[in-house]
Amino acid sequence: MSLQIDNLKVYYRTLAGDVQALDGVTFDIADGEIMGLAGESGCGKSTLGNSLISLTGRMKYVEGKVTLDSKELPVWDFGEMNHYRFKDLSIIPQYAMSAMNPTRKIGKMTAELLDSRGVRHKEILPELKRRFELVGLSHDVLDMFPIELSGGMKQRAVMVISTLLNPSLLIADEITSALDVSTQKAVAEMLVEFRERGYVKSMIVITHDISILYQVADTILVMYAGKLAEKASAETIINSPRHPYTRLLISSLPEVGVTYSGKRLEGIAGTPPALLNPPTGCRFRDRCPFAYEKCLEEPPFVEVDPGHYTACWKEI
Amino acid sequence: MTKPTKSAAKDTAPKASGATSKIDAEVLIEHTGELLEAKKPAKSIEKTAKMGAFREMLYFAVRNNKLIIGLAIVVFFLLLAIFGPYLAQHAPADYGTELKPIPLQHPPTLHDGLYFGTTSDGKDIFAQFVQGLRLAFLVGLIGGGVASVIGMVVGFTAGYKAGMTDELLNMLTNVVLCIPVFALLLVIAAFMSIKGIIPEALLIGFVNWPWAARALRAQTFSLTSREFVSLARLSGEKTWKIIFKEIAPNMSSYLFMMFILLFGGAVLTAATLDFMGLGPQGTISLGQMMNVANANSSLLLGIWWWFIPPGLAIMLIVGGAYFMNVGLDEVFNPRLREM
Amino acid sequence: MRRYLVRKLITYGITFFAAVTIDWVIPHLMPGDPIQALLNRIQINNQDTYNQIYNQFAKSFRTDLPLWKQYLYFWDSLFHGDLGISINIFPMKVTTLISNAAPYTLSLLIPSILLSWYAGNKVGAMAARRKILDNTALPVSYALTATPYMWFAMIFAWTFAFVWKILPADRGYDPTAIIGWNWSSFTNLLKHWILPASSLFLVAFGGWAIGMRNMIIYELESDYSHYLEALGAPRRLVRKYAFRNAMLPQITGLALQLGAVLAGALVTEIVFSYPGLGMMIYTAIINQDYFVIQGVFLFIIIGTLIANFIVDIVYVLVDPRTRIGMQGGQA
Repeated sequence: MSLQIDNLKVYYRTLAGDVQALDGVTFDIADGEIMGLAGESGCGKSTLGNSLISLTGRMKYVEGKVTLDSKELPVWDFGEMNHYRFKDLSIIPQYAMSAMNPTRKIGKMTAELLDSRGVRHKEILPELKRRFELVGLSHDVLDMFPIELSGGMKQRAVMVISTLLNPSLLIADEITSALDVSTQKAVAEMLVEFRERGYVKSMIVITHDISILYQVADTILVMYAGKLAEKASAETIINSPRHPYTRLLISSLPEVGVTYSGKRLEGIAGTPPALLNPPTGCRFRDRCPFAYEKCLEEPPFVEVDPGHYTACWKEI
Repeated sequence: MTKPTKSAAKDTAPKASGATSKIDAEVLIEHTGELLEAKKPAKSIEKTAKMGAFREMLYFAVRNNKLIIGLAIVVFFLLLAIFGPYLAQHAPADYGTELKPIPLQHPPTLHDGLYFGTTSDGKDIFAQFVQGLRLAFLVGLIGGGVASVIGMVVGFTAGYKAGMTDELLNMLTNVVLCIPVFALLLVIAAFMSIKGIIPEALLIGFVNWPWAARALRAQTFSLTSREFVSLARLSGEKTWKIIFKEIAPNMSSYLFMMFILLFGGAVLTAATLDFMGLGPQGTISLGQMMNVANANSSLLLGIWWWFIPPGLAIMLIVGGAYFMNVGLDEVFNPRLREM
Repeated sequence: MRRYLVRKLITYGITFFAAVTIDWVIPHLMPGDPIQALLNRIQINNQDTYNQIYNQFAKSFRTDLPLWKQYLYFWDSLFHGDLGISINIFPMKVTTLISNAAPYTLSLLIPSILLSWYAGNKVGAMAARRKILDNTALPVSYALTATPYMWFAMIFAWTFAFVWKILPADRGYDPTAIIGWNWSSFTNLLKHWILPASSLFLVAFGGWAIGMRNMIIYELESDYSHYLEALGAPRRLVRKYAFRNAMLPQITGLALQLGAVLAGALVTEIVFSYPGLGMMIYTAIINQDYFVIQGVFLFIIIGTLIANFIVDIVYVLVDPRTRIGMQGGQA
């Protein structure tokens, strides 16, 4: 499969105007590719992930084209998108731990969900049980209420349910953020395992934790203030990034085995711009140590090395 | 999270689990200290932030229809309650005199200030009505106020302290909750005959609080488990300071809405008590007006100007207050605001 | 589940104990000789009758015993089903009066509570879905819930019984009719029942509609609703879950609202001169009929506690989480 996103713009309606949270992003994901989507809070990564599945609440589709497996997805039409949800693309939401109806047994809820989508749950039950085993959940879980499970267990259950119909694209939204480190490892490994077994073809893994992406992702896409900053293989992003933002991001991570007593951890000075009325030109220029006059003009997101894209005048 | 080293291949164990244990505890504390310092901005920034939040609420408040309409209705009756008695041309309990007779059972007229007409034995209904309004507001404010205070103290203590205190207070709340309020008031009022409007209000307040205590307890629970309280505790803030600076501002809006509901409840309870003849003797409240009207066959005789105004006023005041509350909820909770 | 119910029973036990104690204590707080104070209000001219009644009271009060023994005697008579004798309708037993009046009150209460709960929930759920219905049903519901029961009853009575003379507005049945197990008796009772019952129903309805509407909106905005939508579940499944979950607090609400509707029923009866407990209390208050008030209070308490317990059982059956030892919405 493949996913092509072409100049997608999704804004949030507020009383003060439109917040331009996702302001024209264009990229591709190849068949079987796990792409990490990283960036700080408010950069638009969650908006991107969620807008592909459903535009809810204040989200407003402005323009852009989304193509999955050569079919154009009508993301602006809530009803039409139902065709594709769960079957062609699916999501493990950020709120996975509270994603299941608290007054329904998990097995019953899954059965009702499947039936309502035209899938006979009896037929798929053995597969469901197999997958539960794969992620380390016993069959009894199907007979339990969500409140009886730990956070990690609920997370894994949701992972299985979301991917049950083998979607082409899976969006994993901050699935490790609320977990302890050892569970994070397990969950990350599970994601890769799902891809290896063909349960899922491609993935977008949204997180602010780059170290997870390093373990899991083939490529990493870094976003900043609603625009794309850099996309390259995970190896390249971590070890030889080219966009100033990415470079500062990577270098601000503490290194293993080094003691930092007496020395402050360096962050990136300043804050991202407000997206209600975003500044013209490169949105990072106010915090960029390399900014110069050309940066008043918005840099295009282009390929600077094979498979390595970035949006910075200095690198083009 | 840490920076992955060059030698780490993708499918080996993530460095994260081993690495965190290597980070100095000192660093952690120092870093947390910086975080806390960052949390307390300069006083002026804090102040402008608070002003901004208040201004924003005000902005929404004046544009919220429900709030405006509800408030307008309540204020209208409040003004009528305050100034009405000065407009009345007779005292509520006065019969006419030979020099200045008041007609019996007269429909509303502008003559002689009998805007709402007279009762079957010749008393000025408008005069009774405006006095009743005063009493209604008094009962509502005092009764609602007392219930709010008790509810807040009980609910908050139970929610904040948790543990045994919570269990005990919970049991107390449940017990008082089970007793039908009205039956209790009935017995107390029947035997101890309420001596005035303030004792009546206090009585209602002492009995109406459990439901508010429950709600406030739940609210306290959800607030105390939030991070900013834990942060305050960690940084060694004193308990009462935490209560006032961290929790109270968030609860105050909720408390205010609760008070409005208790106000409405108190007015309705008092009216029902008075209607049964259990209210304070000597003063004429809206409930009593309806009681006397009913006892004097006003329905049969069609003296609609007697029994309609008191109940209508209560419905409008309490309804207006409830409506106002819905609007307030939208102002306080940005999520509810209509786009 | 057992733990939940046991806790409830303990609460009810304490409540019952407290209520009976209050019922006994309060009359004793009246200053002076309570019996004499009561009898003075009745103005009995005949000295013999006076002495007779006084002795009756002294026996019931057991004023010859120390206070704490009087208290225990009170409990004792309670368990023997003896709630005393009415002064006003001497020597009718209070229990007899209650058993005469209670069916009328219950016939108003039970249908009104159940129907208003059901209808209110239905309308509230519909209002949560359709904006047009919401904009009309909501203000009406707020107006209804803010209306005093007795005032609405008066408006109802006046309109339907005096302005448009289509239904009677007093008593439980025509005084000229002979009650028996026949059809005309039944329609007679029904005719007198319909106005007070409808009045009670309408005012109670408002509160349920508002509550349910808010609960449904809350459930539709929850994470599990969003998850279902993200996986393409049809609206009816999301709504079904939202409705089921919204019902739970509505069931607990039933127990909480019991007292309010009861008060409403009592005052509605007064307006319609309907021969239920309301009228009984009203007359008793006017006539200072001490034992009647005391007895009715206890009856109301017992009835309320039983009703509460029934609601608790229903809740346990309906909320699956309580059966696995977790406390549902209650705490």
